[in-house]
Amino acid sequence: MNLEAIKSELEASVPGCRLELVANPSPSGQHSLRIDAAHAVALALCLRDAPGLRFDFCSNVTGIDWPGKQTTEKVKARKLVAGVEQDVEELRTAVTPGSLEVVYHLYSVEKKHGPIVLRMSTQDRDANVHLPSLTPVWRSAELQEREIFDLFGVVFDGHPDLRRLLLWDEFQDHPMRRDYVEPDDFEYEPTAHDEVLRRANQHISEAGGKLQSEGGGR
Amino acid sequence: MVDEKLKNELSKQGIFTTSLEQLYNWGRSSSLWPLNFGLACCAIEMIATTMARYDMARFGAEVFRPSPRQADLMIVAGTVTKKMAPQVVRLYNQMPEPKYVISMGACAISGGPFKQGYNVLKGIDRYIPVDIYIPGCPPRPEALLDAFMELQKRIDRQQLTGANRPRHLNADEPSEFPVPRFGAHDLEPAKNPNLWKAPLVQISQTGTLQTVSPQAGTDESRSH
Repeated sequence: MNLEAIKSELEASVPGCRLELVANPSPSGQHSLRIDAAHAVALALCLRDAPGLRFDFCSNVTGIDWPGKQTTEKVKARKLVAGVEQDVEELRTAVTPGSLEVVYHLYSVEKKHGPIVLRMSTQDRDANVHLPSLTPVWRSAELQEREIFDLFGVVFDGHPDLRRLLLWDEFQDHPMRRDYVEPDDFEYEPTAHDEVLRRANQHISEAGGKLQSEGGGR
Repeated sequence: MVDEKLKNELSKQGIFTTSLEQLYNWGRSSSLWPLNFGLACCAIEMIATTMARYDMARFGAEVFRPSPRQADLMIVAGTVTKKMAPQVVRLYNQMPEPKYVISMGACAISGGPFKQGYNVLKGIDRYIPVDIYIPGCPPRPEALLDAFMELQKRIDRQQLTGANRPRHLNADEPSEFPVPRFGAHDLEPAKNPNLWKAPLVQISQTGTLQTVSPQAGTDESRSH
């Protein structure tokens, strides 16, 4: 199925929706369609029920963490320095907020086509992490959306049973986020390397042992 | 203690001599009933061990008990996730003494391939005392049988009295161990400090591991 055709069909049947084609330059060429959260359920229903599309099977839901980026650039500006107006170079830091992205893979068992890839992004990674749940449309998304809620911290509005899936309820972080800091229990690492080696050596030096060297334990 | 030659001679004459210690150990080592639970793929090998091809019943372990109150042996077969660890400790606490633990496979020993993950316990020996460790991923049924026979040998060597008597005959030794609680980032506590201490490992230039201070507990099979 041509993603362009699907995009124009969706735009015709869901007025006001904002769709964006995300091209994949790799040889596999699995292009995806970014949908906006406000119209996500209407778009999903259209994808599932429109007679030409009939994407009746959601095979996979997964999450991506895009951390925020901090960029610095030099900007020339006129400023009053000691009573004289001068050209001054300033360093300005701009922070692009990151986002959490959810990816759905859809197939049509009836029409024997697919997959198409849907993407949906939150506004940022802290406060606005709500996305509409597509579980009412595809029931197979239920556990996978719970897993994304658990590991990435995306809150799916409209999910029938949004609880943590793999970790316990008292757990506070989302371990698949890139800035997750794991608990410091590296006191015994017989085959340590890289970051693990560094943290294991911290424990060893506190205990008064001899530091390990890279690759020694292999 | 009866002389071994005299005992053999007497048995040829139809007189059976034994000691209470031997009889007691023989009874326990010949009817070790494992607890019927598995955690991951190692459990499949454990199940295979009980089936006709490997036939664990030959060693008196045919009855896998579904209740911890009737079991003598806990085979921790598979990955212990942090979410599952309190339940494993609780099952161990509910088993009556004398009780033994076989830590089966890389995950139950140390976390295995998931050691540096956020959700897997780095070895069940952080919370309960382990008698036998079986390396492997997963270990073959023969390895489990070997571990089982090793455990039987250890039980046969136990003394009823004296300083070396087993844990269940020593009133000072605990029979239950604290169940860890779910914390905000990890289990609390992350280990039982009375039971598990990080061994100080040195790696020499030749690349061989040398354990500086041996680990606490009855660990013989994991010395490097």
